[in-house]
Amino acid sequence: MSVLVIAEHDNSALNDSVLNAITAASQLGDVTVLVAGSGSQAVADAAAQVTGVAKVLHADAAHYENGIAEELTPLLVSAAADFDHIVTAATTFGKNVMPRVAALLDVAQISDVTAIESADTFVHPIYAGNALETVQSSDAKKVLTVRTTAFEAAATEGGSGSVEALAATDAVGTVTLVGRDLTVSDRPELSSADIIVSGGRGVGSGENFAIIDALADKLGAAVGASRAAVDAGFVPNDYQVGQTGKVVAPDLYIAVGISGAIQHLAGMKDSKVIVAINKDEDAPIFQVADYGLVADLFDAVPALTEAL
Amino acid sequence: MKILVPVKRVVDAYVNVRVKSDNTGVETDNVKKSLNPFCEIAIEEAIRIKEKGLAEEVIAVTVGTKECEATLRGALAMGADRAIHVLADDNLRPLAIAKVLHKIVDKEAPKLVITGKQSIDADNNQTGQMLSALMGWPQGTFASKIELDGDAVSLTREIDGGLETLSLSLPAVVTSDLRLNEPRYPKLPNIMKAKKKPLEVIEIADLDIETASGLTVTSVNAPTDRKAGVLVADVQELVDKLKNEARVI
Repeated sequence: MSVLVIAEHDNSALNDSVLNAITAASQLGDVTVLVAGSGSQAVADAAAQVTGVAKVLHADAAHYENGIAEELTPLLVSAAADFDHIVTAATTFGKNVMPRVAALLDVAQISDVTAIESADTFVHPIYAGNALETVQSSDAKKVLTVRTTAFEAAATEGGSGSVEALAATDAVGTVTLVGRDLTVSDRPELSSADIIVSGGRGVGSGENFAIIDALADKLGAAVGASRAAVDAGFVPNDYQVGQTGKVVAPDLYIAVGISGAIQHLAGMKDSKVIVAINKDEDAPIFQVADYGLVADLFDAVPALTEAL
Repeated sequence: MKILVPVKRVVDAYVNVRVKSDNTGVETDNVKKSLNPFCEIAIEEAIRIKEKGLAEEVIAVTVGTKECEATLRGALAMGADRAIHVLADDNLRPLAIAKVLHKIVDKEAPKLVITGKQSIDADNNQTGQMLSALMGWPQGTFASKIELDGDAVSLTREIDGGLETLSLSLPAVVTSDLRLNEPRYPKLPNIMKAKKKPLEVIEIADLDIETASGLTVTSVNAPTDRKAGVLVADVQELVDKLKNEARVI
């Protein structure tokens, strides 16, 4: 079996999620990574070094610079001809581009794969993770997005793949990038952090998030949030953990002032150890927490930061 | 211009879903159903665009069983002008839905399609992108802001790293994220009026498309439950447990 992994990157480095996708792909067969970008030779070279990568296909053209789905689709569809499986991580990049590829190949896409049972049978969550569906595909090609938390990251060194140039497809030109407003932070990436401190509605305001930040910094942790905290404007959208935000599975997840709606639990219940701090002892978050502390978060969180 | 809004009827967001004892699926009989929250946001956005005078007509469309008419009436009560109900089995996959919508788009020629980014039952997040690809139209997924500007739409998207703004040429497909707007509650007179708004029914067989999927569900299982842990008395005990019992700090 041959597997094509579509790489997300920023033209200078691979996105961490690609490493998880490569591990998933390695369970299916020989791995080829496709890097499409502009001035992206360093990314192609880095991909070739990842353990498990046999080959890198590298297409470089100005219209691939910003990862625009409409520009990438014709390239991915044509490259897919030589492969049995096409795999990418279920990030916003993967979710955006992959269904287009599946539709034009006239095959189903299996979203958010969490386990690979065989070359044609896959497990993925439905209903916010309240059920796990196992599907068998008879399609000629299997198009998958994989959940990064379900697969270890492949080592960035140890591979010795070849890099082969791939001719660019024609520019489409129906979409232009106007700009990006990306969160800049010295903290670890939310999706791959070992420890996450998340705040919810109970934190009360954007200013109050300073106590969450202080605890996170003491622990070297990433900061997350519930939908309620994002909707209220306390923190930016990319902090959101849950069914429709990011799915995380750190070693330690500390939920502060989060009640624990099923949509939030869907994004964090695979964490190794969960701590909940909430003044409402009936909050559903305590039903999934390994350690619960019923307390006012404005007393408990600074005290915890102090005690560490 | 016309705006087409594909919508889906789903198990209500507040229902605790249960896996059937024979592991063939999720219990959906006698369970509350609602308009998918993301589709509700899509309808609201289309209505707001019309209220600004930038669109003439908002058409809601769904693909599903007879019961889905209730969902369309809900969209009409919010303010959609008319509805199209493609009668079909409940278990169509996103590619089949996208093919149905392709036919409806060909027939209705909207300038803009707005739909939810995902349905909260299957959680696929595919249909809008698939329709866009089949149509050869640009797409703006996970939208948190839409501004129409002549023959283009400027659109802000929620992405993993923050926000991204794109300019798309029309016609285009847009999928809504949570923060695009807050949907209105339909008022009683509008719920009454919605009963009289036009609702066209189309048999899926008459659309002449392949709806069979290459996917077969072999089993559906409940995830392993997390057990509730212990309550600690204070911060000191918590720190002690994390250091000496869980050993995560």
